Amino acid sequence: MSRKMIPIFVLLVIGALIVAACGQAAEPPAPAVTPQVQIQVAQAPGFGETLTAVQGRGNIICGVNGQLPGFSFLDPDGNFTGFDADFCRALAAAVFGDASKVEFRPATTQERFTILQTGEIDVLIRNTTWTLVRDSELGLNPTATTFYDGQGIMVPADKGFTTLQDLEGGTICVQKGTTTELNLADVMATEGVSYTPAVFDDVNATYGAYAEGRCDAATSDKSQLVSVAKGLLPDPDNHVVMDVTLSKEPLGPVVRHGDDQWFDIVRWVIFATVAGEEYGVSSANVDEVRDSTENPEVRRMLGLEGDLGLKLGLSNEWAYNVLKLVGNYAEIYDRNLGPDTATFIPRGLNSLYADGGLLYSPPFR
Amino acid sequence: MEKSRSPRVQSSIPLWRDERFLRILGQVVFLAILAAILGYLTSNMLTNMRRQGLGLGYDFMRLTAGFDIGEHLIPYDRSSSFLRAYQVGLLNTALVGGLGIALATILGVIFGVAQISSNFLVQRLARAYVEFLRNIPLLVLLIFLYTAVFIKLPRVKEAVILPGPVLLTNRGVAIPWGIPTETFSLYVRILILGVFLAIAVGSLLVWYGRRTGRAPLTLLWSGLILAGVAVLGWVALPAPPLSLDPPAVQGLRLAGGQQLSPEFMALLFGLSIYTSAFIADVVRAGIQSVSHGQVEAAKSLGLTIIQTLRMVVFPQALRVIVPPLTSQYLNLIKNSSLAVLIGYPELFHVSGTILNQSGRAVEMIALVMATYLAISLLTSTFMNWYNRRVRLVER
Repeated sequence: MSRKMIPIFVLLVIGALIVAACGQAAEPPAPAVTPQVQIQVAQAPGFGETLTAVQGRGNIICGVNGQLPGFSFLDPDGNFTGFDADFCRALAAAVFGDASKVEFRPATTQERFTILQTGEIDVLIRNTTWTLVRDSELGLNPTATTFYDGQGIMVPADKGFTTLQDLEGGTICVQKGTTTELNLADVMATEGVSYTPAVFDDVNATYGAYAEGRCDAATSDKSQLVSVAKGLLPDPDNHVVMDVTLSKEPLGPVVRHGDDQWFDIVRWVIFATVAGEEYGVSSANVDEVRDSTENPEVRRMLGLEGDLGLKLGLSNEWAYNVLKLVGNYAEIYDRNLGPDTATFIPRGLNSLYADGGLLYSPPFR
Repeated sequence: MEKSRSPRVQSSIPLWRDERFLRILGQVVFLAILAAILGYLTSNMLTNMRRQGLGLGYDFMRLTAGFDIGEHLIPYDRSSSFLRAYQVGLLNTALVGGLGIALATILGVIFGVAQISSNFLVQRLARAYVEFLRNIPLLVLLIFLYTAVFIKLPRVKEAVILPGPVLLTNRGVAIPWGIPTETFSLYVRILILGVFLAIAVGSLLVWYGRRTGRAPLTLLWSGLILAGVAVLGWVALPAPPLSLDPPAVQGLRLAGGQQLSPEFMALLFGLSIYTSAFIADVVRAGIQSVSHGQVEAAKSLGLTIIQTLRMVVFPQALRVIVPPLTSQYLNLIKNSSLAVLIGYPELFHVSGTILNQSGRAVEMIALVMATYLAISLLTSTFMNWYNRRVRLVER
């Protein structure tokens, strides 16, 4: 190779590398289909649009947190696991009869609503609280509550803090752009406790600062605090969640305004998991139940009678697929947050109404 | 177009080969395409927002913010408006930008001069400082300073106490601070008087310098007069205008003095030393751009080294230094938005919270862009004015 050729060769190599890098970065999510769908969704988010787009694309794009063990967290094998992630899979099972047809899109608190509004994701299952503003002004529709939570405060065990007043003059780590941030301000103002908020952008930054002793306490939904303490902090036993509840935090999947069919699908998939638990139908026995059950409601739900699935725009086996491939509510809960997991949270309010909880499925009729 | 200047081409040139026409056409086409793209994007956004039932407008800025901000220069609490929260963020940006520019300039000049020092060790160390800082990304530097330096300082109970006292803890750095007493307002008036006096003396010296062709130390004398008034005023007042408030450890917390949060310290230091590396090179280049003959000429005229620097080297070096210095200042201000990752509530950080709590993404991002643009334009207007002033010296 002559001397003159060397710079050209180097340029070519660099160019090729850049092209290769771009190609690699773009490929894994969804091979060149996503932009097309984005336009479709953005142009006319009307009745049935989302389901058509999802079916055309062949998967559901599900916005998740991605940093919360037990809710949505990347496991060592590169799969998203957790309570929220399983509801994404349940949705895919209902739509495609295949729980793996989900593309997880980790979202920050700050971008989560925008990416849902603009159609970058189909559904947001990211421990998002149902509030009036989000339901109305932000153009979003919370579908149903999958996890009844309350805001709590985590403190180092050795500090001996037990009431809000103990935190007078202290610093509290909180995540930016959350209802948590607002509740904290509300409650502290009501209680007359002065404090300094240290506001961070994501889960890791918030609890990283807390772990370093930057703050006297960290506040968030209790489930998140437990998940973080058990899953992220180096010394799980040295942190306690104070026996103080700052707010109600009903968490659940959110869709955007304008597509009532998609809204119904997401909501009824959740109800199917709850009804599954109510009637004792689980992934283990769903086939057996389908062959033997005489209960008319279960028969309707599993598609043996009537055409409930078709009314939602899905196949009649939709609920069967959800229960078979992902499981009922109790299974999803126990798999991710049950006593055998690292992120154990007692079911409390998230029990069936018959057991003193708040879970209740409307009739399948 | 009928009148062709070239005598050889008598008939009119066809329009598509007329260079002047093509040039204008190119610009018109470019503008049209640009307008079409922008128009499409805007209308697309508006259509979609209408579909979602989202309107555009800034009325929401009057609503109650509902969140607290850790550091605020003006009174602020959760019942303040979004607008107030925005102002808090803006002032925090101004604070860190102003202090950062001052610190970066001082450090930059020191290391810039040190880089051309004849002392081998000083020169090498300055070079290493510049090369090291210039070649790591600012974001990495900020996160390093925050997570590995300021937040890793000892807990409050084991605070490192430097003389002053300055307390170093992982909750922040606390420095002694003055609390205004009842004579403070009187002292401020004395200081204002001092400033006027200094300006008057300065103008007199400049006039004297013009008349006699000498170069009196205008700045030095003005500064001395101001300092003299400040000291005399302090001593003359019946009670000192500021009472010292030293910081101390009180239980588990810091009390008294001025407490600077780890986020603020990390941001200020990160921005200052990072930008100072670039300024150091700008200063070095400026000084080296003055040809050596000038210095030799000054020496042969019998000027001392200080005089040479002050009257020959710096006036000429400034001409080279000021324009790139402006862009470094602008960079520093814009880079302060990286604080979003270490949690200092500057403009971008607070705007992000407002965006999220109000759901007004388009409005907030547009407002943030407009604000940074305004700050940058303001800074560069000032620097351009200064640049013109420096240039006048050249003739």
